[in-house]
Amino acid sequence: MARIELDLAHAYKPNPQRDEDYALLPLKMTFDDGGAYALLGPSGCGKTTMLNIISGLVRPSQGSVRFDGRDATTLTPQQRNIAQVFQFPVIYDTMTVAENLAFPLRNRGVGPQRIRQRVGQIAEMLEMSAQLDMRAAGLAADAKQKISLGRGLVREDVSAVLFDEPLTVIDPHLKWQLRRKLKQIHHELKLTLVYVTHDQVEALTFADQVMVMTRGRTVQIGSASDLFERPQHTFVGHFIGSPGMNFLPATVVPGAPAGATTLGVRPEYVALTAANAHGAVAGTVTQAQDIGTYWLVTSKLSDGHVLRARLSGEQAIPAVGDSIWLAVVGAHTCYYKNEELVA
Amino acid sequence: MKPVNQKAWLLILPVVLCVAFSAVLPLMTVVNYSVQDIISPERRVFVGTEWFKAVMRDDDLQGALLRQITFSLSVLLLEIPLGIALALSMPAKGWQSSAVLVVVAISLLIPWNVVGTIWQIYGRTDIGLLGASLAALGIDYSYTGNATHAWLTVLLMDVWHWTPLVALLCFAGLRAIPDAYYQAAQIDGASKFAVFRYIQLPKLRGVLMIAVLLRFMDSFMIYTEPFVLTGGGPGNATTFLSQYLTQKAVGQFDLGPAAAFSLIYFLIILLLCFILYNWMQRVGTADKSGADHG
Repeated sequence: MARIELDLAHAYKPNPQRDEDYALLPLKMTFDDGGAYALLGPSGCGKTTMLNIISGLVRPSQGSVRFDGRDATTLTPQQRNIAQVFQFPVIYDTMTVAENLAFPLRNRGVGPQRIRQRVGQIAEMLEMSAQLDMRAAGLAADAKQKISLGRGLVREDVSAVLFDEPLTVIDPHLKWQLRRKLKQIHHELKLTLVYVTHDQVEALTFADQVMVMTRGRTVQIGSASDLFERPQHTFVGHFIGSPGMNFLPATVVPGAPAGATTLGVRPEYVALTAANAHGAVAGTVTQAQDIGTYWLVTSKLSDGHVLRARLSGEQAIPAVGDSIWLAVVGAHTCYYKNEELVA
Repeated sequence: MKPVNQKAWLLILPVVLCVAFSAVLPLMTVVNYSVQDIISPERRVFVGTEWFKAVMRDDDLQGALLRQITFSLSVLLLEIPLGIALALSMPAKGWQSSAVLVVVAISLLIPWNVVGTIWQIYGRTDIGLLGASLAALGIDYSYTGNATHAWLTVLLMDVWHWTPLVALLCFAGLRAIPDAYYQAAQIDGASKFAVFRYIQLPKLRGVLMIAVLLRFMDSFMIYTEPFVLTGGGPGNATTFLSQYLTQKAVGQFDLGPAAAFSLIYFLIILLLCFILYNWMQRVGTADKSGADHG
């Protein structure tokens, strides 16, 4: 178990000049011992690069990685004692489940007695005791992914367990089971977990702290409610939530703080209101979809901007073509300047 | 009752005709020769299995068969491990990779009879690099006079000619292994040998099966290179099955025994390939037996 500090930047190209040349822009970050973190962002945002830097598979082109205060920049994954679970389950085809789980211990010269004991414990924790003598190659994807995880956990004192989109190839109905297993293991072992995903539901349900990344930059670190209520960056507002935050020019309604150029409001906090009400804008409904527990009403403002509202089905839902007024200013309204939150 | 539509047969008719014309009918001609003694175009006598019995008792043929099996096994034992080793040491990316691929593939592009000629010259003690070097080392090397030297030269020539094929197949197989396997192995603290034994070798099973079958079939039918290099000599030290067959059919014009032997030859290859294929399949699927009760 370890506290991991990053103070680095990484470019795959030699001699990076512009921001675009960097896979990871200069950043400082600390992963506390025993915390559950998620790195969330679209493909190509640098989250896998960051994970591989933590594990030691990639060496950062600048800066350092520290484990419990000690410089670990040049250490191999094995020396860092990291466990990593990849997007596609990696198992050793010719081995049984038990041999797979024993493999990292055998490579480290652990005695057979101890190996048997550890493999038994881990198999029990993963609910795989019954499958220990089976060939790992014949198992389903979720079982294989549990083996990958088990190979990490079987070592005592792993510094951290890293997950690189581990549920991508898992059937939806098994995803939540596996995710619950992960949380349970986190509780039992108090390990530092870092979980990379592009799925916001996975990130928000798994982690205490979610780091939202885009284009090599971490734009916000926070809990699920921080990310939802106070997006620090328009990207977070746009990326988190379904659908994402509405963004309008700050001038559509009076009362914007000085300097703010953009107003952001979540569709959850947009409400139907009376004509010419304070902090409301007028629009024409272009789409009204029944999403089951709520309606998603899309309207177009006179200046061409699109505004989405999540309305509960208990009220009268306007029809397509109706002119409506929508309140956009309230306690949950955020203001942005240069994409950064100002108020 | 299911509706019967006999018209569907028409759809496979072109294929049936093609296969009949190009494979079945020529093979039947061979069968025809193998059971008759053709004295002249007008006089032919049905002899039943006599030719088959005759060739089976033929000492020369038994010698050639033994020589052939030894040769093919030696080829596999040398070329498969060498090919794997070569593929493992080839650079994986960049221009170096392309350059090495081209260099490795060169020997595959050379026509068989040219390969024979190249080695004929290469092994000459007066002007050939290999022959002259061996002679300079004080070895009395002669592929035309010494049966062992001839045999080793033919073997070496085949290894030179065909190991690159195995290497290229294995190289392709190695490139198909996702990086995550190597990364996981690194994290699990696996040694280089463990990576080879538990990741690379199992993942190469498919291409190795193809390589073994191709190299077995090809080497079992080898003709041109030894024919050009040694002409089957000295004596009959390097006379392999197909050369023996050619001598019978074209040299001595013994069409009956030659036809009978062709069929036996064909069946031997078919049988051995069948056994090899099934054995390798089983080696592979033994890994997956867990799936049955999973």
